[in-house]
Amino acid sequence: MFESLSDRLDAAMHKIKGYGIITEDNISEVLRDVRLALLEADVNYQVVKEFTASVKEKALGEEVRKSLKPSEMFLKILKDELLNLLGTDKVKIETNKKPTILMLVGLQGSGKTTTIGKLGNLLRKKYNKKPLFVACDIYRPAAIDQLKTIGKSLNIPVFEEGKRNPNEIVRDALEYASSNSLDYILIDTAGRLHIDDNLMDELVNLNNEFKPDEILLVLDSMIGQDAINVINGFNNKLPLTGTILTKMDGDTKGGVALTARHLTNVPIKFIGTSEKLDGLEEFDPGRMVSRILGMGDMMGLIEKAESIMNEEEAEATYKKMKKGNFDLEDFLNQFKQIKKLGSIEGLLKMIPGAKKMGLNNINIDPKDMARVEAIILSMTKEERKNPGIIKASRKERIAKGSGRTVTDVNRLLKQFEESKKMMKMFSNGNLNLPF
Amino acid sequence: MGFFDKLKNIVNKDKQVFNDDKEKKLYDKGFEKTRRGLSDKLNNLNKKYSKVNAEYFEELEELLIMADIGVNTVMNFMDRLVTRAKKEKISEPEKLKELIVDELFIIYVNDDLLDDKIKYNDNGPTVLLFVGVNGVGKTTTIAKIAKKEKDKGKKVMLVAGDTFRAGAIEQLSIWADKIGVDIVTSNEGADPSSVMYTALEKAKNEKYDVVLIDTAGRLQNKVNLMNELNKVNRVIGKLIDGAPHETLLVIDATTGQNGIIQAKQFKEITNITGIVLTKLDGTAKGGIVLAIKEEVNIPVKYIGLGEGMDDLQSFDIEKYIYGLFSELL
Repeated sequence: MFESLSDRLDAAMHKIKGYGIITEDNISEVLRDVRLALLEADVNYQVVKEFTASVKEKALGEEVRKSLKPSEMFLKILKDELLNLLGTDKVKIETNKKPTILMLVGLQGSGKTTTIGKLGNLLRKKYNKKPLFVACDIYRPAAIDQLKTIGKSLNIPVFEEGKRNPNEIVRDALEYASSNSLDYILIDTAGRLHIDDNLMDELVNLNNEFKPDEILLVLDSMIGQDAINVINGFNNKLPLTGTILTKMDGDTKGGVALTARHLTNVPIKFIGTSEKLDGLEEFDPGRMVSRILGMGDMMGLIEKAESIMNEEEAEATYKKMKKGNFDLEDFLNQFKQIKKLGSIEGLLKMIPGAKKMGLNNINIDPKDMARVEAIILSMTKEERKNPGIIKASRKERIAKGSGRTVTDVNRLLKQFEESKKMMKMFSNGNLNLPF
Repeated sequence: MGFFDKLKNIVNKDKQVFNDDKEKKLYDKGFEKTRRGLSDKLNNLNKKYSKVNAEYFEELEELLIMADIGVNTVMNFMDRLVTRAKKEKISEPEKLKELIVDELFIIYVNDDLLDDKIKYNDNGPTVLLFVGVNGVGKTTTIAKIAKKEKDKGKKVMLVAGDTFRAGAIEQLSIWADKIGVDIVTSNEGADPSSVMYTALEKAKNEKYDVVLIDTAGRLQNKVNLMNELNKVNRVIGKLIDGAPHETLLVIDATTGQNGIIQAKQFKEITNITGIVLTKLDGTAKGGIVLAIKEEVNIPVKYIGLGEGMDDLQSFDIEKYIYGLFSELL
């Protein structure tokens, strides 16, 4: 998501590397690059100005002057200042009250309804809560249908009363929730402009009567310089407790993340990272800074893996790897688990140093993965356990069965042998990883 | 005559650009926020400085970037402006104002005035394909354009090609019902190409005039979704000669610099013939029109100035610049 921002910052950093000492002269060009990088990322102009001024002041300070590696010091300053902008702490969502009322608000098309689905899914999975979706978008055609479809696919109840007054709907929903002992009320509201007084009053009425524990502003991460007006517009009328940035899986540079916290003090609580209903992550400023600076996000990767992988299975696979009798059956299982983790591109980008290894620009067609799967699935159990027996005629049969060519089958078998060798070296501790 | 003088004439009612008062009101109101943002700030700037100097230019640059005009576009613009001011020896901010409006206009009409009209197919149905990222307002835009076409007496068909998003098919169906036009749908999760195939066969056989096709929102960096768009194009082109006759990229005006990337990436995959800029009434910005023109050279064909059925307007650069700057005079 932040690739191009980190690319530009990287280029700026590169210039500094050559200098033995940082001076006002040689730093001005770099600061200009930093400034442009941030502006192109839609960071608010005011924030950019303050940011570059404070980076400059610190970079010219005594500490940097004395340090042996000015470029490293400069990177540290950038990192610290970015962290300052994003806020240093993770702000968690309210989870202790029963029932907890959450209301999602925002402009049209920011992704409220999808986010409600993701949030319900996350609350149930991570916090073991029983959520209820309440359909209060009484304007957009089929908005209620959309929420109902999402609720059905997640098996989370949806409360709706058609196009009634939202206050009445929520009143009834609360009753329904208490009689069914549900502990989270997630209110989906209609998209509206922050300058539309009538529609804003509707939200104010909901807030006055129900005092939601969380009012979350859903923001499209592609939003431009108007972001600040939107956040202030909603925050002035409602006590926002946080924001959720959506569509972060696009190629947006997401400058709004830097704008939001700094100018309004409303913390970012979640980010949306895929179109699927498990694509919502709790926001972590430190990890975000690492991503912006192209330092990878190993924590995110581990967390993601942990949520998917089955521990016992992983243990068994590890043992097999160590012994070197890892077969194509295991390979297939691994493959399926990796697929559950989401896009490979996304995973690669989270690896620290991915950019230096050239892994950040790899595009993997999901179809390629499907092809590998098809080839393995066209083998018999025996063949998967003991790939050595796959000779010419078997290869031909497998190729036909999977709609690929014998060359494809050969390539896969070769790759498998290679990775088996790698695993053996890896588990013996003989492999020097490139990072 | 420079554009600034033209603008004066429009304001003084010496020249007609608006068809009627209703249309002018719509622009006045729809651009209220944008105009207040830009014109007010420019006026304040001019009050603050009695002479044009380096600080003046820096503040001007800030003001334009805040209008989402785009970093590159603004930088180029500033270079030209500074050079021209020097050459023409302009030092009063009031005089420079004319140059600013002129130069902004030039960005848009640079080289050629792009065709902002919809191309109709004379031999059979005209097929309009709507694409864009998620949440920009594709479905609503289709409904609004469908109504315009229907009001012109055309036989209109909607095609629910967004088989991915929950509720998308229902949303378009409700609109079709409201406007009173036909719609072809399939089930959620179906291959979008298949519903388009069915729809276009029907459009040919039953002699529809205009076919508007909805597609699922897709982020431009998703390779497989973009490839799907390619397939859709091929299917459409096979069934009706020259179709799609227009591929319109819908962009949310609240979008910042990513709008430029969207335009570039979609243009690479498919032949985007025009842009629909939605939600302009909600933003104090809307400068993205100029940035897209300069960096991608695609004309804006429609702009959304409000939520009402008739608030989607054909784009007209003179009206747009008027909307932005009428208070400067």
